[in-house]
Amino acid sequence: MAFNRPMLRTSYQEDTAIFPTYFQKGAASLFFVVLILLGLGAPIVSSIPSFFLGSTWINPITNMLPLAIAALGINILVGVTGQVSLGHAFFMGVGAYTAVALGGNGDEWQACVPFHQELGLLEQEGQCGLGLPIWIWLPFSGIGAALAGIIVAPAAVKVRGLYLAIVTVGLVFIGLHLGRMLPSIAGDFESGRKWPKLDFRLWKEETPLVSFTEDGKWFGLIHLTEEQKQYFLLIMILGAFMLFAKNLVRSRTGRALQAIRDRDIAAEVMGVPEFNYKRLGFAISSFYAGIGGALWASYNGRMAPVNWSLFLSVDFIAILLIGGAGTVAGTILGTIFVELTPEVVKTFTEWLGEQTASNGPVAWLANILLTEGSGDFGPISTGTVALGWPMSVFYWNLVIYGVLIIAFLIFEPMGLYGIWVKVRNYWKRWPFSY
Amino acid sequence: MAESILEVEGITLRFGGVTAIHNVSFQVNEGELYSIIGPNGAGKTSIFNTISQVYRPQEGEIRWRGNSIMGEMPDVVANLGIARTFQNIELFPQMTVVENLLLGRHIRMKNNWLSGMLWTPKARREEMENRERVEDIIDFLEIPEWRNHPVALLPYGIQKLVELGRALAMEPELLLLDEPVAGMNLEETEDMARFILDIRRELGIAMIMVEHDMGLVMDIADRIMVLDFGEKIAEGTPEEVQRNPDVIAAYLGSGDLHIGEA
Ligand SMILES: Nc1ncnc2c1ncn2[C@@H]1O[C@H](COP(=O)(O)OP(=O)(O)OP(=O)(O)O)[C@@H](O)[C@H]1O
Ligand SMILES: [Mg+2]
Repeated sequence: MAFNRPMLRTSYQEDTAIFPTYFQKGAASLFFVVLILLGLGAPIVSSIPSFFLGSTWINPITNMLPLAIAALGINILVGVTGQVSLGHAFFMGVGAYTAVALGGNGDEWQACVPFHQELGLLEQEGQCGLGLPIWIWLPFSGIGAALAGIIVAPAAVKVRGLYLAIVTVGLVFIGLHLGRMLPSIAGDFESGRKWPKLDFRLWKEETPLVSFTEDGKWFGLIHLTEEQKQYFLLIMILGAFMLFAKNLVRSRTGRALQAIRDRDIAAEVMGVPEFNYKRLGFAISSFYAGIGGALWASYNGRMAPVNWSLFLSVDFIAILLIGGAGTVAGTILGTIFVELTPEVVKTFTEWLGEQTASNGPVAWLANILLTEGSGDFGPISTGTVALGWPMSVFYWNLVIYGVLIIAFLIFEPMGLYGIWVKVRNYWKRWPFSY
Repeated sequence: MAESILEVEGITLRFGGVTAIHNVSFQVNEGELYSIIGPNGAGKTSIFNTISQVYRPQEGEIRWRGNSIMGEMPDVVANLGIARTFQNIELFPQMTVVENLLLGRHIRMKNNWLSGMLWTPKARREEMENRERVEDIIDFLEIPEWRNHPVALLPYGIQKLVELGRALAMEPELLLLDEPVAGMNLEETEDMARFILDIRRELGIAMIMVEHDMGLVMDIADRIMVLDFGEKIAEGTPEEVQRNPDVIAAYLGSGDLHIGEA
């Protein structure tokens, strides 16, 4: 019986450690080394992602990192505090707009004031962008989004469960509307505008102190490409935010948030002010969203307001459901899965397309799966527009998500994290099978 | 005469047409074990809910150490030093025993979201110190083997103990126990009675205990109040209450309990 196992850990310090056992410490260190080797493009290690994602694998992986930061935020609100929100895309947008207003290129500061003497409220002339450096626009993108969260909180804490989800959908539409109303900040609704780059400047000098957007030697040591630099930068920021999230959950505030999630009235009777903590949950979650949104827009370079839509919010709910809500590890697993699966499917289809020309069993399989027109009943369409059967890769991805979410809800509510725990416990008990 | 710490004066609580409590007054003294009994639906749990301000009585006054607590939020009442357990266990099911008890330490701790997220040395030290307090309680309740289990997986009797532990972790001056031994077997009941007496003797915490187990109540309570249909029908020592004809009538009427067995 597992229950009577003696306490093997010697101090409470170790008990609350992020990686309590030597095995976990070792595994985490190994993982860290692999991440560095990946970034350096080490031959054997990077053959794995390039098998699944093609030779430009570093791009989808780097693109995923800011989204992982935002996902950590939705986990704090939904997984830890228990407040189901579909408004995450809105807060990401607030963060991104704050970033572009502070850091982007623009005209006089008057262009940032949503008021014009002749044109009226919400009307501006020119483009807003103060050209400030990243150490200003990045923190403020988090703070701006957190403030939005604090403003929304009083209305949001009045409603629960499904109603809260519906109310927060409203936020996304308000955000989209504001994006349309404020083109001097958001840019053209369809094509957007340019975001500040990830370079580090002390102030507004021409050549950045540390450049993340040009190939070159870093600190005179190693030669890195632009992609590699951004990969390292974003992975470091993500690592820090993972640590903060983990610390939150294992300290007083995190317990109070979880208590509200589990039983709000009992939590109050134990001395946890419900409203304050729900508001705090919104604020921290929005802070993460803001940082994630700003970095995502900055990494992509150009961003249109339509990106901060309900689809993005729904992606995050899928991340939590597939990864396992409530844990940092589950959130990261979910993000990797949800953001990279479409890329893997795309790579696979492209590979299949190349195989049709050859001979042998693979070509035969490829011919069965792929369809160019509407003749041969292959399930995957390679045409650009495809409604109905055969379906394009895009729609296959949607189907895969749908099926996965339903499967997880039914069979493994703890998501990928739950599966991992089961596998781990199995090996712990090995060779005993009970 | 000991000093009274809690004074309840003429409270009336209505839910629509139902009067759950009607003009009930009582007071609890420093270090006293006060018990509230009465048939099902008499309004016992409702009294607890008005003290912790989960329900707001329409009439009356509740004073803690001379100051009114009417209209305060439940968390403010908790901060004053009033802790409780619940009739239908209200633990945080996804959290472990240790985490549940640490949550009880919430009002005694200071680290906030920022020091927590940064895991500052001060926050870490506070977490460790409070962890030690929690371990003391776990040892006191003799449940060390369950400490790292999510409470949802624990047997009912252990959950009842964890709830008591969580309330104790708050270091209260008044402890409200809502049917602490309901659903427990004889052995578990004896253990719980021992813990309650230990709490009183060693910590000197005043308690209000709602309980249907007359044997237990008559054994350990200093004073008893009897409720029926939301009204106070008797108050006194166990002997006085047992001899009171109104009480006997109320219980015979409900066929609920057998005072003679005590
Ligand atoms: N939230 C509520 N809404 C409506 N009526 C309520 C509510 N809470 C309690 N009541 C009613 O108030 C009355 C007293 O209920 P209460 O739970 O206080 O009884 P009790 O003495 O604790 O009973 P038991 O011994 O069964 O626990 C009952 O008639 C109950 O139906
Ligand atoms: Mg009751």
